[in-house]
Amino acid sequence: MAEHVLLGDEAVALGAIHAGLSAAYAYPGTPSTEIMEFLRVWQTRHGAPHAAWTANEKTAYEEALGVAFVGRRALVSMKHVGLNVAADPFMNSALVSVHGGLVVAVADDPGMHSSQNEQDSRFFADFARIPCLEPATQQEAYDMTREAFDLSERFAVPVMLRLVTRLAHARGVVRTGETRPENPLSKPADRNAWVLLPSNARRQWRRLLDRQGAIRSWATESPWNRVDGPGGQVELAVLTTGIARNYFIENAGDLAEPVVHLHVGAYPLPQGLVRDVAARARRVLVLEDGYPLVERQLRGVLPSALVVEGRESGEVPPDGELTPDLVRRALGLEVKAGMHLDGLTLPTRPPQLCQGCPHGDSYHALQLAMAGFERTMVASDIGCYTLGALPPYSAIESCVCMGASIGMAKGAAEAGFRPAIAVIGDSTFLHSGLTALVDCVSANTDMTLVILDNETVGMTGGQPTMVPSSRLQAIVLGLGVDPDHFHVLDAHPRQTEANAEVLARELAHPGLSVVVLVRECIETARAKKAEQAASRGRS
Amino acid sequence: MKFDIVLAGVGGQGVLSVSAVIASAALDQGLDVKQSEVHGMAQRGGAVQANLRLSDQPIASDLIPSGSAALILSMEPLEGLRYLDRLSPDGTVISSINPVTNIPDYPPIDDVLATLGRLPRAVLIDSDKLAREAGSIRATNMVIVGAASRVLPLDPSTLERFIASRFASKGEKVVELNLRAFRAGREAAAR
Ligand code: SF4
Repeated sequence: MAEHVLLGDEAVALGAIHAGLSAAYAYPGTPSTEIMEFLRVWQTRHGAPHAAWTANEKTAYEEALGVAFVGRRALVSMKHVGLNVAADPFMNSALVSVHGGLVVAVADDPGMHSSQNEQDSRFFADFARIPCLEPATQQEAYDMTREAFDLSERFAVPVMLRLVTRLAHARGVVRTGETRPENPLSKPADRNAWVLLPSNARRQWRRLLDRQGAIRSWATESPWNRVDGPGGQVELAVLTTGIARNYFIENAGDLAEPVVHLHVGAYPLPQGLVRDVAARARRVLVLEDGYPLVERQLRGVLPSALVVEGRESGEVPPDGELTPDLVRRALGLEVKAGMHLDGLTLPTRPPQLCQGCPHGDSYHALQLAMAGFERTMVASDIGCYTLGALPPYSAIESCVCMGASIGMAKGAAEAGFRPAIAVIGDSTFLHSGLTALVDCVSANTDMTLVILDNETVGMTGGQPTMVPSSRLQAIVLGLGVDPDHFHVLDAHPRQTEANAEVLARELAHPGLSVVVLVRECIETARAKKAEQAASRGRS
Repeated sequence: MKFDIVLAGVGGQGVLSVSAVIASAALDQGLDVKQSEVHGMAQRGGAVQANLRLSDQPIASDLIPSGSAALILSMEPLEGLRYLDRLSPDGTVISSINPVTNIPDYPPIDDVLATLGRLPRAVLIDSDKLAREAGSIRATNMVIVGAASRVLPLDPSTLERFIASRFASKGEKVVELNLRAFRAGREAAAR
């Protein structure tokens, strides 16, 4: 056994490698990115397992499914909103008979440190009726990942590993175990188990439902679910899930009355343990980071003698990340006072585009181009360029989900608004902008699409875009965009006025136009230079 | 023994390097360590904080509760004030006096420093100047680690060892420069 200090994300990656992983796929997204970053570095050093970035989470999921189809172990990782993109293959994969372990690691972001919403992926596991493991420590992240592969093969279903930002991006000590070899290649025994035609799908759905009893007994017996505290009757039982346990332990020493503590790390909810604990207490306080999933499952519609408290009932706020202080308050303990000084109001310091970022120059050109129009609408997308919503740029007006800007501008144009403008990054365009552009080409929508091409996935730390920028042009034209209204421009500050002229002309053009503004992200350029200097130093 | 540290700064200042050196030294001395960091969007020039907890007992929470930090270690004076509610009444603030003014409403720097100076235990360091004297402005981080070494429950020589190993791949000169920065910070904090 070796000891390592790892981020929660890295512990998942290493756990998967030691579980005999054959291939992993992901699209970068905070807080899940470091799972794949770790696997890619590992692959470079050791030659295996295969670890690849993909165009989006749906393709990542499908590629992982292919690995499992031929009997090998696959990991697919993403952030919570990425699971929405992969929801179609995810939900259906619960119905196939997985024989090479398939683990889907999803990192949720309660508190929205860098996301558009807080959605709780445990609901998706519940929705798909598959097991879910939720680690509370980096060690558990490692151990649970290993177990998730075994479970997946045992129950022939995908298994979800649910992380949250605070675990994914915190470091702790991890003791590692033996490395298991890869599975041999093998096709499914029953091919129909993977062909979800209605007749097969009905059979497979039945099979999944029949398996629920075994999955539930596993959860009840799993050592990840356990009861601590005194026997007999108590006033309060505390039910924690995932990292809520850490915050409970942090405060438990100050409780005056003994409480019974049920921790849930493995879902579906272990009904036997829950019933046992509920019978011994008058109140149950449910502490979970995310949505009130367990609390809702406990709370009936009809009155009951048992009082259930949590996010739904208001003992814990319904939004935001769980913290030791929130847990302390929910336990009825006074929060320790810190320091406070009057006199100075602290301004906030929001994130912003780097000094000299090409997007800043592109927005400047766009603003000059829009100055000639009485009203404009700029739908934007998700990436560094979303920071253009903040002053001093205030250049964009929407950010909903990956790829939405193109569809939204199309809708606005078809509602009669002009000029309608969509802004999107090169990587996001390939992720889910392409298909929306097909709609625009088909309808020759009166709108202008501005692709901000910085030749990288900037916000998550500079992962490569799936297709090099030089080929973006052929892709856009290949979709049928009119070459007379397609321009590739240099997003250099020297070109701002000239770029603004081209943009202004295209905004006035009645029909679809596409303008690509190209300049490499300065962070990526800097990193490349440092890498080159280092390799020169080595040689 | 337990020692909670809130590390504060602005995205891109290298808060994580400070955290990493202290965490490695603490692990080496047999302490349990939890380190919670910031990635992604928040790092683009926004306010960042990392939580670093050291203890000779197992640590449960990755986050530091209110009123219990022994140290706020800040790379920037305004950020040194942002997390005061976390500071224990007998805790210390060690902060650089060099502002990062990437926001339009940055208050007058004299007001910020005066406010920090009203704290019972505040150590203000001209870290940029000391780093430049040591050989490079990029060593500001290690000046801050040096200042912190006055209150950390860690052996300064262990910290020096981990600074050396952190920069070893960049060559002897860079190691020496960072060690000089560390010592300058340590000396400045003694005054
Ligand atoms: S990382 Fe790159 S794309 Fe993102 S703000 Fe900085 S320069 Fe711009």
